[in-house]
Amino acid sequence: MADPMKIRAQLKGDEAVIRVLMSHPMETGQRKDGDGKTIPAHFIQSITVAVNGKTVVSGQTGGSVSRNPVFGFKLKGAKAGDKVAVSWIDNKGDKRTDETTVA
Amino acid sequence: MDMLRRTVLKGAGATGVLAGLLAAGVLKPTLAYANDWNKAAFEAKELDAALKALGAEGAAEHKDLVMKAPEIAENGAVVPIDVSSAIPNTASIAILVLKNPSPLTSVFEFSNGAMADVAVRLKVAQTSVIRAVAKADGKVYSTQKEVKVTVGGCGG
Repeated sequence: MADPMKIRAQLKGDEAVIRVLMSHPMETGQRKDGDGKTIPAHFIQSITVAVNGKTVVSGQTGGSVSRNPVFGFKLKGAKAGDKVAVSWIDNKGDKRTDETTVA
Repeated sequence: MDMLRRTVLKGAGATGVLAGLLAAGVLKPTLAYANDWNKAAFEAKELDAALKALGAEGAAEHKDLVMKAPEIAENGAVVPIDVSSAIPNTASIAILVLKNPSPLTSVFEFSNGAMADVAVRLKVAQTSVIRAVAKADGKVYSTQKEVKVTVGGCGG
């Protein structure tokens, strides 16, 4: 199981700025190790941001997103206490969901 | 060497067989599940093929689609890119690095109050034009910017 994400959802007026740091190697499948063997691809393919159970952002990503990806999103009409859940699924089927509340 | 890479890519994409079948319909404004992953678009080696797989050809420029990117990136492994669209009803934003082995980096769909604004960090293999493509009301818009990558140099 992958390490937990760090999620911050900060209210600015009626907008919430959501920032997520995921812990993931994001291997493209194009790098080689010391012995010249290709390191297999291992990267996040799908991410979802839901607020109070409703999907607000759904994204697909490839191996060219940086290691330990950081994403920033903005949400209109957010309120303090709204529940923000972020999920990802990678190409090996690993997945993780973490939650925070808008503050 | 190239052949080996292809084989490995294929192996890694085995879970995406279903995605391949679904690829044609992926960019409909539906939820993205992992088995929806747009394999054709992400594995395309050419910009045109990637855009075609996204259904995002023939983009026009629009002043309300704005990309923030560094002019010079000292570390190509982590290049912060910020794309925001003030075009009404922007449904999705895709970000492509033209000179990467596979140009498409990510696609985001927005709904239920999410603003069409996304910040990501990307790997950029070499100095390249980075293009953002947005879809709004069935129309396609794009903007682009060149990022210079200084590999292992001392900047400047």
